[in-house]
Amino acid sequence: MSRVVRHHLFWPAAILIALLLFNLPFTPNFFAIHVRNGHLYGSLVSILIFGTPLILVALGMTLVIATGGIDLSVGAVMAIAGALACWYISRQPDQNSVGAVLIAVALALAACVLLGLWNGFLVARIGVQPIIATLVLMVAGRGIAQLITGGFIITVLSKPYATIGGYAFTAPTGVFIVTLAVVAMLALTRRTALGLLVESVGGNSEASRLAGVRARRIKIMVYIFCALLAGIAGLMNSSNLSDADANHAGLWIELDAILAVVIGGTPLTGGRFSIGGSVLGALILQTLKTTIFTIGIPSQANMVFEAAVVIIVCLIQSPDFRRRLMAPFRSAPPPPAPAAVSTQEPVEVSS
Amino acid sequence: MTTLSASPAVSAAGRLLRDRRLPVVVTLALFLVMYAWGGYRYSFDAQVAPNLLVNNCYLVVAAVGATFVILTGGIDLSIGSVIGFSGMLLAQLVVVEHVPLAVASLIVLFVGTLGGALMGCMIHFYKVQPFIATLTGLFLFRGLSLVLSKQAISINEPTVSNLAQYHIPLGGDVFLSVGAAVALLTVLVAVVVLHFSRFGRRVYAVGGSEQSALLMGLPVARTKITVYAVSGFCSALAGLVFVLYIQSGDPLHGVGMELDAIAAVVIGGTLLTGGTGYVLGSLLGVLVLGLIKTIISDEGTLSSWWIKIFTGVLLLLFILLQRVIGARGSARS
Amino acid sequence: MAETQPVLRMTGISKEFTAVRALSEVDFRLYPGEIHALLGENGAGKSTLIKVLTGVYDLDAGAVELNGEQVRITSPHHAQQLGISTVYQEVNLCPNLTVAENIFLGREQTAGGLIKWRSTRTAARRLVAKFGLDLDVSAPLGEYPLAIQQLVAIVRAVEGSSARVLILDEPTSSLDRDEVQVLFSVMRRLKEEGVAIVFVSHFLDQIYEICDRMTILRNGRLVGEHLVSELDRVGLVRAMIGKELGGLEELAEHDRPPIGDPVLRAEGLGRKGGIAPFDLDLRSGEVVGLAGLLGSGRTELARLLFGADTADSGRVEMPGGPVALRGPHVAIGRGIAFCSENRRAEGLIPELTVRENIILAMQAARGWTRRLPREKVDELVARYIRVLDIRPGDPEAKAGALSGGNQQKVLLARWLITEPKLLILDEPTRGIDVGAKAEIQKLVAGLAAEGLSVLYISAELEEVLRLSHTIGVLRDRTLVARLDNGPDVTEERIMETIASGGHA
Repeated sequence: MSRVVRHHLFWPAAILIALLLFNLPFTPNFFAIHVRNGHLYGSLVSILIFGTPLILVALGMTLVIATGGIDLSVGAVMAIAGALACWYISRQPDQNSVGAVLIAVALALAACVLLGLWNGFLVARIGVQPIIATLVLMVAGRGIAQLITGGFIITVLSKPYATIGGYAFTAPTGVFIVTLAVVAMLALTRRTALGLLVESVGGNSEASRLAGVRARRIKIMVYIFCALLAGIAGLMNSSNLSDADANHAGLWIELDAILAVVIGGTPLTGGRFSIGGSVLGALILQTLKTTIFTIGIPSQANMVFEAAVVIIVCLIQSPDFRRRLMAPFRSAPPPPAPAAVSTQEPVEVSS
Repeated sequence: MTTLSASPAVSAAGRLLRDRRLPVVVTLALFLVMYAWGGYRYSFDAQVAPNLLVNNCYLVVAAVGATFVILTGGIDLSIGSVIGFSGMLLAQLVVVEHVPLAVASLIVLFVGTLGGALMGCMIHFYKVQPFIATLTGLFLFRGLSLVLSKQAISINEPTVSNLAQYHIPLGGDVFLSVGAAVALLTVLVAVVVLHFSRFGRRVYAVGGSEQSALLMGLPVARTKITVYAVSGFCSALAGLVFVLYIQSGDPLHGVGMELDAIAAVVIGGTLLTGGTGYVLGSLLGVLVLGLIKTIISDEGTLSSWWIKIFTGVLLLLFILLQRVIGARGSARS
Repeated sequence: MAETQPVLRMTGISKEFTAVRALSEVDFRLYPGEIHALLGENGAGKSTLIKVLTGVYDLDAGAVELNGEQVRITSPHHAQQLGISTVYQEVNLCPNLTVAENIFLGREQTAGGLIKWRSTRTAARRLVAKFGLDLDVSAPLGEYPLAIQQLVAIVRAVEGSSARVLILDEPTSSLDRDEVQVLFSVMRRLKEEGVAIVFVSHFLDQIYEICDRMTILRNGRLVGEHLVSELDRVGLVRAMIGKELGGLEELAEHDRPPIGDPVLRAEGLGRKGGIAPFDLDLRSGEVVGLAGLLGSGRTELARLLFGADTADSGRVEMPGGPVALRGPHVAIGRGIAFCSENRRAEGLIPELTVRENIILAMQAARGWTRRLPREKVDELVARYIRVLDIRPGDPEAKAGALSGGNQQKVLLARWLITEPKLLILDEPTRGIDVGAKAEIQKLVAGLAAEGLSVLYISAELEEVLRLSHTIGVLRDRTLVARLDNGPDVTEERIMETIASGGHA
């Protein structure tokens, strides 16, 4: 039992399950999934649909945070990706041309790679603090997106484009994309040595350098990767709405994504990262939003709940807080034992 | 007995590059050049300069708070939300609960300060990173404003509109608003506190090296928490000033304003790693941002998004400038 | 020296960290108006003793008497109140504030809550002048050289608490000759005023120049307390790094191997402030030991050969031509491996597992795309865990949770699997228990016998002597002598070489 409890995905998973179960009394058919017009419908499905951009962004953010960095520009990158794609499609005579949509997607993603390269360059080459380096693009990026859209919301009527954020083979396309992205991420980090090198750079950057790890390259790579995933998220978001709204696309998603990563158990200081944890973290945030909606709490209270959850999660992750919280339960004067496993007090909730 | 005389000067150019006031001077020069160019091109009238302050007074107040936090090496993301919440709380208290304006204002300032102090406690005692701790503040205060009311509440209190309309004459037809005066006063108080009080010097000391400050026996905990309380207070004050400017409370007011405030602080020459910077620089930073807005709107053909792009470019330039100054051979932290 | 009442007397001080005895029953006394050198190699217990004295650590056993009264020092702040001030090697001031602010921070003169800058500056100027310094007190501290910052730290320390005891922890390690003289004149002045000064330094000349008395520690134990005039340099070096007690099993006597192929040749390699230009030949099958006191440049030399620091003069030749060692990855690519003396900060990645730590260097050399196949990793890791007897033998254990000796073995394994041609070991046996020490020594001898070239750095002469075929002697950041190991090379001779700087 305790091994399960101590697994790094236990708490995120437990919180997610608890949140899902919590919905049941309010929405009895919460877990029901049915097919309508050849499409899957249901609360769970909508959590997935609305949650996919966040999951994608959180995936990229996980790697950046694992190297000890942070990327604030993901929201702006999303907006740019959507803007570029819609701009290109809207100028085509036939918006339904699959070729044109593919070119638009390629164009948008290529731009994202450049933006990621820029972030990585500032962080790894120039040595600017990540939070500031990416703040530049966070501020300017939305301006660039507006520049592309000319300040308007570009609406596109393109069936192939709508597929990206819509349905494919009865299931939401996002599910396929996320699955693909997670598998790709897992393959990229765990099948190659990227994961190990990222964790070593985030865990002890000087020791990694002395072991021959080329930290700069690794850092540039993760920023590119993060921007690329943000770009895909931007395309999905824009496709789902069939438009490019440079002002609102991906607004504040960087905060949600960072939160998802932290809730998923990757510390902001870098080092060990958990891809599964970040996916769960993103799902928790999305489910929280849905839950607040379905149980009838006015949507405006959403953010208060989110804040409460974040505060609790952050405090639980803080060793100082845990020590203080547990102090009354300890009989002996508390030795500064680092997370000593005490046998007599089953403090971990065995659910 | 040996006497060692040492002067910090290396060369004139080196000395200049090392001077901590250089970024502020650069910002000032930039502002003057932009102003001269804009004035020449769009024939600015005398009210343009005071209007920069009038139209950005809330941002000046917020940037002052942000400067305190950034000087210690921290960051406050909750500024915009606290601004929005303060406006909503004031509107709610005055319009719905019929609390006297003065009392309501005091309550707002108290709540803002308390919120900041609590975030400071999270940061100091539980070692939650400032980024995350103030991010929760961002969510919490935005959420609380929405809980107060989903709709904007307009404040029809005569005192408020009188204050809002009141023009402080500066000679000729030139005037300042009450908000602008509050902003200037805030800057003045901040300058005095930062440069003439022990607390102010502690802020710089903690930003310069928290470890050293501890070993020098300074009350680091109190300083850090106070700094976030100051930022909370300034945000709440900025919220009140914003109400004067708009005469309503809106749950969506001040969204993203923390970024403007942080950008202004950086453009004003304050290092985000802490320890160096001036409040006057932040004031100049806000004025530069305001001037960009003015010029772009006067230009007519340039669309509003160029404001963001220019802000980003300016940020980049100042970050690179800071890198040049920061790369003085001293060990990087 | 008049035997007055000591201002400070520490008796029977013991301090234990998780399973490591840092200090055992150390006595230390300090008289007013004396400069007292505290000496010892790394891990001898100097810093622990200082930290006990300054209230950073609580002592496990023993007593501290200040002016004849027993005290229990609870915090650095408390120590300062008692009149014990410390200036550390790294200047603990705020470089962004002015000299005057740094001296008076927290004690500024105020009127009505506002700082009186003018009088604060005047007071600072007066103080600084009293110490023989001529500074612009309103310039930021960071703009002055480290030496001045150090002196400002002393000004603050002495002034702030009307110190009766001043601890200077390696204040001279980054000072040049003239700056040291200024520091010394300040120290002499304070001594005249009756301040008792504890002086930690690795420079023998300085100790003989300024100190009156010295206390020598080794392995957490008191070796002796002597008047400086009573103990000559050879005696001092012997006391600091002399024969290690405790029975290490003897390694089989190894004859000098036939001279192998050259592996690396450094010519005029040097780095300002690190190590003076040196020549060095390293051959396969040969163990070259570096002997020298802490701070003599032995680590700096090793770092240059690995590209951890870049050299600003000289060149490195390896079979196949000259090599520009631009970084560790280049050195690793050429078959060089380096175990840093600083295991925690520069070696181990504590949150990763033993397995991950072991394969890190090899994986980094292969690049991220070519992941080592899992079977090969498991095979390699299992083999090296077995060969090196790493405990616990669980490859999935967190490396940070291992004991010092086992962490060292993990790092050794990390480099051995890369099959290097040259292995640089910087104090591989420091802070680990005797058993593990013997194992590591045996391993090194075995590796050399198999044809590896080893550069072995150790603070313990005996260890260097036992393992090395050739011994390089360092002093004051210069490689002063090279000795072929043989019957005529003894600890005595190396100590004399260190003490005399190679001129004997």
